[in-house]
Amino acid sequence: MTRSPVLRVGVKILLPYIMLFALYVQFHGDLGAGGGFQAGVIFAAAMILYSLVFGLEAARRVVPPRVAEVFMALGLLLYGGTGVAGLLAGGNYLDYAVFSPHHPQHGQHWGIFAVELGVGLAVSAVMLSIFFSFAGRRRAE
Amino acid sequence: MIDHHLVVLPVVLPLLGAPLVLLVRHRVAAYALALTETGAVAALAVRALIRTSREGPLSYLLGGWAVPWGIEYRVDTLGALVAVLVSSIATVVLVFAPRSLARDVPRERHYLFLAIYLLCLSGLMGIVVTGDLFNLFVFLEIASLSSYVMVSLGPNRRALTAAFRYLVLGTVGATFYVIGVGLLYQVTGTLNMADMARLLPTVSAFRTVLVAFGFITAGLGLKAAMFPLHAWLPDAYTYAPSAVSAFLAGTTTKVAIYVLARLVFGVFGPGLALDRLPLGEILLVLGTLGFVIASAVAIFQSDVKRLLAYSSVGHVGYMVLGLSLNSVTGLTGGLVHLVNHGLTKAGMFLAVGCMAFQVGSTKLEDLRGVGRRMPVTTAAWVFGGLGLIGVPATAGFVTKWYLVSAAVEQGAWGLVALVVASSLLAVAYVWRVVEAAYFRAPPDGVDGEIQEAPLGMVLPTWVLIGATLYFGIFASAPAGAARRAAEVLLQVAR
Repeated sequence: MTRSPVLRVGVKILLPYIMLFALYVQFHGDLGAGGGFQAGVIFAAAMILYSLVFGLEAARRVVPPRVAEVFMALGLLLYGGTGVAGLLAGGNYLDYAVFSPHHPQHGQHWGIFAVELGVGLAVSAVMLSIFFSFAGRRRAE
Repeated sequence: MIDHHLVVLPVVLPLLGAPLVLLVRHRVAAYALALTETGAVAALAVRALIRTSREGPLSYLLGGWAVPWGIEYRVDTLGALVAVLVSSIATVVLVFAPRSLARDVPRERHYLFLAIYLLCLSGLMGIVVTGDLFNLFVFLEIASLSSYVMVSLGPNRRALTAAFRYLVLGTVGATFYVIGVGLLYQVTGTLNMADMARLLPTVSAFRTVLVAFGFITAGLGLKAAMFPLHAWLPDAYTYAPSAVSAFLAGTTTKVAIYVLARLVFGVFGPGLALDRLPLGEILLVLGTLGFVIASAVAIFQSDVKRLLAYSSVGHVGYMVLGLSLNSVTGLTGGLVHLVNHGLTKAGMFLAVGCMAFQVGSTKLEDLRGVGRRMPVTTAAWVFGGLGLIGVPATAGFVTKWYLVSAAVEQGAWGLVALVVASSLLAVAYVWRVVEAAYFRAPPDGVDGEIQEAPLGMVLPTWVLIGATLYFGIFASAPAGAARRAAEVLLQVAR
């Protein structure tokens, strides 16, 4: 944690834009550079920056480790669940074309969208959990 | 519906079960969920085995993408057999696990263990069913990473160093594998195994292919703990929680050997691997050294789990020997030993887990006199041990019979002598535990307190040991499947 007002204010100004950029990378990933993994990392980086400047405890209040754990699981479930949804809709596992029988491309688009969202959730939660466990370890010693 | 997705469901169910367990979190509910999942996977694997033996290999296209571009899951009789082995051992060990875990792992972490266990199962099933070289790497990593974590959960702090060592060597193995796959992709432009097998003969003169072959065999050898690449195994099996030792000992190295056989024979083809390259000779020497040296080392161990671990290295040697002989009989022996030894060793680790649960130690000196206090568990050790030795009417005998017959076919009498001699070494290390358990007075102070392990632990142990006895007498089902698989593998590209 730092007391430097420049850093504290600077980070507070930056944080929303970092998160917004993460969302841009997430949802624009199928048209430009980016995707779920990159977005997840950027989003987690915002939280890590917050915790570097405002302290680990503050960051843990914003995203408790248990919440990170839940998002990890939800991300994987969303990815796998999309695959299973394709399976239930009559296609093979991970076949997204069946989501839109008349426009298979649309189905593919929606499927990838959901899958990437799952990746983004899981990656940002995992990144945060790794950071929390390493940072918490150093404090204990 | 289920029949159509039969190949993919054993991977998807535990893969999605893991995050569900993480969300459920409640210890009993999470356990019930995990047990249902593993049981369902085992049932699906059995169904796949029945269907493959009737209809031939089953194929499944992920996402419906056509073959050389998309990922294909492909399972034949051998694959289904290994899938049945892995999933049934996973189920039995999970039945055994809760009490044993309660002693080894803090209660609030049980749901994490269950999630990782399911992930590991998903990875192993994926390795078995996938027909895509890179997809295999992904599942190899899923299975390996979760194994490292499970080993590190062991009650002793040395589990952490054991897990780290396993991680470093396992990562080297996976890296070697993926380097090999990368080189092959560079030459052929495909990752599908069947497509690769079709294209490789045209390019097998390139040195790139030979280098790839070397990397892949060395990497998988590391994963399989093939002597002398076994350095990670003894510590990992010794310090892991008992249930984890049993699960890993019964599955991971076996799956690696299965992949080795599938790639060496099914993708590279025996013509390249054994006729043009001296892989047969190399595996013959390493396998033989493995079962002789590791069995000898096992005799001098003071910890029963470490003794079993060295015995595992030795038995991997038998499987490797089976692969090296370049004959249907030899390969049948090697492949059927996957099943036989997986069941035997998992059963014996469970027996040791029962002892550890009651005695609180796996040191040989602490197990003195345990035979009278825990007769049923110790009897399981004795019958499992007979299987390791290869006494007739146990599953171990079937394997040794095939291996010795294959050696006799080739007139390799020295090899026959070594296999028999190594069985005598196995007698020695099994006997050391039997002697301590039955013929030594218990150490002072712990006398009357030790009783038989609870039924929930003894029963799973005996299910596995009973299976080895069953397959020792009615050997035709696994041996027949292994023989058909051996014939198919050795005919490829000849």
